[in-house]
Amino acid sequence: MIPLLLISIPLLSGLAVLLLKDSPASKALSLVSSIATLALALVAVFSKGALHYDAAWLPALGSRFSLMQDGMAKMLCLLTAISFPVVFAATYNNSYQKSGAFYGLMLLTQAGLMGVFLASDALLFYFFWELALIPVYFLCSIWGGERRIAVTFKFFIYTFIGSLLMLIGILFVYSKTADHSFALASFYHVKLMAKEQAYVFALFFMAFAIKMPIFPLHTWQPDAYEQSPTATTMILSGVMVKMGIYAVIRWLLPMVPDAVSGHAMFVIILSVTGMIYASLIAIRQDDIKRLIAYSSIAHIGLMCAAIFVQNRIGLEGVMIQMFNHGVNVIGLWIVADVIEQQLGTRKMSELGGLAQKAPVLAVLLVLMALANVALPLTNAFVGEFLMFNGLFQYNVWITAIAGISIILAAVYTLNMIQKVFYGQVAEKVTNAVDLSFNTQLALGILVVLVLVMGLYPQPMINLTKDTVDAIFVQR
Amino acid sequence: MNAIIVSALMGVVMMLSGILFQNKSLMKHLAAAGLILLLVANLLQSYGKYVIQVDTHNLLHFEQFGIFFNTIAIVATLIYVLLSGKDIENTGVHPAEYFALVFFVLCGVTILTSFNGLLMLFLGVEIMSIPLYILTGADKKNLKSNEASLKYLLMGSFSTGIMLMGIALIYGGSGSFGINPGTPELTVGGIPKVSYLTVSGLILLFVSMCFKVSAAPFHFWTPDVYDGAPSVFTSFMATVVKAAGFFAFMRLFESQSDLMGATWKILLSFVIIATLLIGNITAVFQQSVKRMLAYSSIAQAGFMLFALYAGNDLAKEGILLYAAAYSLATIGVFAVLIKMKDYTLDGFNGLAKTQPVLALATTICLLSLSGIPLTAGFFAKYYMLAAVVKAGGALWIVIVAVLFAAVSVYYYFRVIQAMYFKDGAAETSEITGGFKIGLLLVAGLIVLIGLLPSVLLNYFYF
Repeated sequence: MIPLLLISIPLLSGLAVLLLKDSPASKALSLVSSIATLALALVAVFSKGALHYDAAWLPALGSRFSLMQDGMAKMLCLLTAISFPVVFAATYNNSYQKSGAFYGLMLLTQAGLMGVFLASDALLFYFFWELALIPVYFLCSIWGGERRIAVTFKFFIYTFIGSLLMLIGILFVYSKTADHSFALASFYHVKLMAKEQAYVFALFFMAFAIKMPIFPLHTWQPDAYEQSPTATTMILSGVMVKMGIYAVIRWLLPMVPDAVSGHAMFVIILSVTGMIYASLIAIRQDDIKRLIAYSSIAHIGLMCAAIFVQNRIGLEGVMIQMFNHGVNVIGLWIVADVIEQQLGTRKMSELGGLAQKAPVLAVLLVLMALANVALPLTNAFVGEFLMFNGLFQYNVWITAIAGISIILAAVYTLNMIQKVFYGQVAEKVTNAVDLSFNTQLALGILVVLVLVMGLYPQPMINLTKDTVDAIFVQR
Repeated sequence: MNAIIVSALMGVVMMLSGILFQNKSLMKHLAAAGLILLLVANLLQSYGKYVIQVDTHNLLHFEQFGIFFNTIAIVATLIYVLLSGKDIENTGVHPAEYFALVFFVLCGVTILTSFNGLLMLFLGVEIMSIPLYILTGADKKNLKSNEASLKYLLMGSFSTGIMLMGIALIYGGSGSFGINPGTPELTVGGIPKVSYLTVSGLILLFVSMCFKVSAAPFHFWTPDVYDGAPSVFTSFMATVVKAAGFFAFMRLFESQSDLMGATWKILLSFVIIATLLIGNITAVFQQSVKRMLAYSSIAQAGFMLFALYAGNDLAKEGILLYAAAYSLATIGVFAVLIKMKDYTLDGFNGLAKTQPVLALATTICLLSLSGIPLTAGFFAKYYMLAAVVKAGGALWIVIVAVLFAAVSVYYYFRVIQAMYFKDGAAETSEITGGFKIGLLLVAGLIVLIGLLPSVLLNYFYF
């Protein structure tokens, strides 16, 4: 029952909020709804074993409304459930035109995301995959920046092409299943020849690679992150990119293991190229939002590479890092949003000396930034350490090249801190004030998560152990 | 049989009522009542009850598939009359005649869903087409409408000529007008030996049917005729009539396609790719929404052709679902288009602010046309693709189709962008509350089928 509620609470409250039009109640109602979802997600995390829900949906097609929440799904649902209240709290003072529509669409996005992480039926998965996309399209196109329409459209068409190719893949596998069913179990047991596996791999991976995004399919991402309203960007980069990584682990890895092994080198080289490439571009950015966007591409590249090395330690690292990257990147976006809202600019060249004006913000940002560089004691260290360890077992040279991106990450992150917070007080910074209570609260929660997960990551490893076990038992 | 008789009778009744009653606004209510009567008569037939028993000497053959398609066509027409009835009245001075012609078209449609021989196919196509030539020219004082009508008539007669030639050749080759010629007795090395006459006749039939459903490269009349005809009638032509054309196409080639061997798939894949290419790419460049919809209807035809390509049971269900989904969405979009003052994309700017209900309904219709999940259009496309994948062997054509579906998102979404994201004050003619409720019902139906297509399809197997 809990999996169903995790989807239906945001769905129903989202529809209700949509009808509220401009009423200020919409903000409060969505915060309450997202906190309720968080409570449920926590209940799910502390319950034993995988949770299931199953109901008839399309008997003629062999598709059921079935949900399954194992360790990985529990972890990602928790990430989704934490993100939304934090995002709502951090941006509580931002005002939107047609706020009812804004918050309603945000909650619908949450419902779609939950559905993607929970669906254990391929057709249902596809439905939620799209359901998560449509509200985001409207969110970015209505409340985004100056170039929002063209940029969001590019993002939409990119991902839509990917989804359609995945649909063909789903149809193909479905036609090969023994019992003509879309169920996850049937997809796992399907027998495909080597050539068919390669086709299916290509069709599915295209969709997931666009969503993550993997070099060279990443071109929609920096623009979309820059132009979207910040609350949406947080969800896009914190949670939505995890859809691609999750889908590779959930669907691709167990379904076509031979093709995954066969293409592993290719994908890893692409990912590592993307890491270096994105890090180099990040160094040259002046806009804080674009810097974070490129840094995110680099981090996602590492996660993708660590999945394809196909060893246990790498996959454990990915599991932890999916959660931690979400926490860290949302924290960075909150800081970027505070700066933009207060000072009216995101250009580092126009900022400087902010630490004197806003000491609390400076401390919190430095903590977030150190987590972004994956310093020991922060959460990202654990994940990156495990992932590099996995990569090392696969190929030393690739690990060495990928390692360069850690150095580059330190360069651009520390450079950002230096330019924004220290040095001469810039003209635009003179009027800055320190954080408001709600932003402090949101960032405070994230910082606690950063430190706790950095010091004591074992519970998270235990949580996703069953998924990792299941994948390596099948081999 | 019931539907054929009742629709023909209703056509006559509508014609006479034009003379008897002077009240113009009465006509649309009469037509709606007639359509409900037609629906009931058609449903009675599916339970085996006949208004009049007629021995057709096996020229017509009624089966559940065709009767169910009739139901879809009649319901679509009913929705069309309810939504746009007022605009039909406003087209010219004799509204009763337009409604009469609509009933005659339906009569042709019902013949096309039950023909059992090439002669009845010919009659059905003609009964369906001739009223359309008149409806296209209904706006007598408008030069474009006249031009479109003449163009349609000339091109239509030309394709009819080709069809007749094809029928004559098939008769010469097989000695029969039947659509199920059976397996030829002579075989050469396991391959059935079919007379060249039959095959060339079939190719001519194929060409003329491609013309009727506006498949490339026989599509040239479509944009001009759809654009020139009064918008209310374009809506009808692009939906019910087109879907009926596909139904006949499929029924005709269900058994015949074997005779052509491998050539059939090659020919068909050429036509499908050409149709998708021309329809989608040209639609991208249109500034007028009406003309964009004309090209998009060509593009949708490309998708419907997959039903012929697959030719299995899934394709049969698929064509029903596609006909329903496509008709509903197109009727919805056209109903809004007719109300607009300006048919260009810019004319839709800011519609979400001035008419939120219209914008919402149009968005759902457009999402359905582009095949986004949660709408009927998704399952329509899904069935088509699934049918081809199930038939096996041709994954490449599915991938090409899907890429074109992504192109179609581009032009459908431009309308959504204009309505929601651009500033402007879109002007509409007066919108009544009933119209809004009707539109919302259409949108609701699209979402319902999109969530549970079995609602529609279970009915097919009752």
